[in-house]
Amino acid sequence: MSLAQLKPDQVKWLKAVLFALCLVPFSRLAWLGAHQGLGANPIEYITRSTGWWTLSFLLITLSVTPLRRVSGWNWLLRLRRMLGLFAFFYVSLHFTTYIWLDQFFDWQGILKDIAKRPFITVGFTAFVLLIPLAATSTNAMVRRLGAKRWQRLHRAAYVIATLGVLHFWWLVKKDIREPLIFGTLLGLLFLIRLLYLRRRLTASTPSTVRSQAA
Amino acid sequence: MLIKRPAAIPPSEITSRDRYLNRREFIRASAALGAAAGLATAGIWVPRSAHAGTKLPDVRKSALSTAGEGLTPYKDVTTYNNYYEFGTGKDDPSETANKLRTRPWSVATEGEVSKPKVFDIEEIVKLAPLEERVYRMRCVEGWSMVIPWVGYSFSEIIRRVQPTSRAKYVQFTSLADPEQMHGIRMPILDWPYTEGLRMDEAMHPLTILCVGLYGDVLPNQDGAPVRVVIPWKYGFKNGKSIVKIRFVEEQPKTTWQLANAREYGFYSNVNPEVDHPRWSQAKERRIGEFGKRATLMFNGYGDQVASLYAGMDLRKYY
Repeated sequence: MSLAQLKPDQVKWLKAVLFALCLVPFSRLAWLGAHQGLGANPIEYITRSTGWWTLSFLLITLSVTPLRRVSGWNWLLRLRRMLGLFAFFYVSLHFTTYIWLDQFFDWQGILKDIAKRPFITVGFTAFVLLIPLAATSTNAMVRRLGAKRWQRLHRAAYVIATLGVLHFWWLVKKDIREPLIFGTLLGLLFLIRLLYLRRRLTASTPSTVRSQAA
Repeated sequence: MLIKRPAAIPPSEITSRDRYLNRREFIRASAALGAAAGLATAGIWVPRSAHAGTKLPDVRKSALSTAGEGLTPYKDVTTYNNYYEFGTGKDDPSETANKLRTRPWSVATEGEVSKPKVFDIEEIVKLAPLEERVYRMRCVEGWSMVIPWVGYSFSEIIRRVQPTSRAKYVQFTSLADPEQMHGIRMPILDWPYTEGLRMDEAMHPLTILCVGLYGDVLPNQDGAPVRVVIPWKYGFKNGKSIVKIRFVEEQPKTTWQLANAREYGFYSNVNPEVDHPRWSQAKERRIGEFGKRATLMFNGYGDQVASLYAGMDLRKYY
């Protein structure tokens, strides 16, 4: 079996395994919750954990394209949608935890938080921006939007991940090591993207550049 | 969501603190006994600490205790800690503070005092009758506990060292030993950790020097062997594992002030009306409770301490 070329049913199996893996953080939380394992402040624990996994899934999703280019494993692209949707799954849990467990539907308090607390403002913005990406993740939506427009829209993932890192950075009291790691990884991914873009621009002939711009 | 609102737990279901302690104590004690016997015969064993979980003798109740509050379980008080010298995670201190040696230990008093003195820890424990002080503890992060500390009013120390008229503030310095405290190796804060009080705050009967918790010797992760507790201030004002008490004329800079003066002021009195620049302080989550409750002015100790700040703009002196 060559890793460069997987057969369709091999990809199908891989997806099934990956799906189960992506559910591990959630299952772990549920198990801990059922066994008094979430510590003295369970709500904080759940909030932190779901937030951490949202950022992780955003970065994992964004690393699919660079990985595919470096390795030549084109099937990696077939996993990207699922990874992105898991980012949305964890951010939905994160947001629900905040609205329900943390604030207990105190809408006035929530609105005040969103307006007044910069770390909540950017976190909320990132969540809202992720909704259209999740909504346009189906094949039908890709067709309806057209590949070009769809791609442009989904570049917002970089903006969303940046806001996510900022959200984490602004909420920690003093120990910024973890947000710094997330930020560095994101910066690296962005850099790789820029390098590929430059290579493509310098490699292309004037006529193709013009036709791309048209 | 699988997270259910926890049902009220009947008291009979809760493992008693003694039994909870004994579970591990028994194993530890049997292992330690064997090891100690071996080492003692070899002549190389010296006790490192007065063990957490050892009963403190003659602890009496205090009229200054806060009444009408349920105590936060011992397990939560000893596993959910902010003690950056042992790492910034809440469970780091309980996992790594066992490396701290609390014997021998001494506390130096110095500065503007007529009788500077180095107190041995054994002397501190016996300096004044030990009292149980049940206090609310409000963390600046928005959570709170109710903790039965053991200690006595800090004024007992002040009385003995006799500050001069120049002493306007007290500065507390915590231990900063990278060998025993792995968190010190990270420049997260400006070590050693220092905190401070105005003289009248330090003299206030509610301000205590604390050597115990739940009737027992203070666990390392809670600031052993000796710490201060000022119940109307945010938790970070309560310096832990204190090695030096200095009486000074000028207001000392505190560690969190040095870290971020805009967010952490010298006074740091619990105040629901003055928000942290990044989050609200109006409410708090009592550990063990589901919903949030309103934060009380001066953490509910306004009757006793509000007069200390009469005429002061608490938005300016946060």
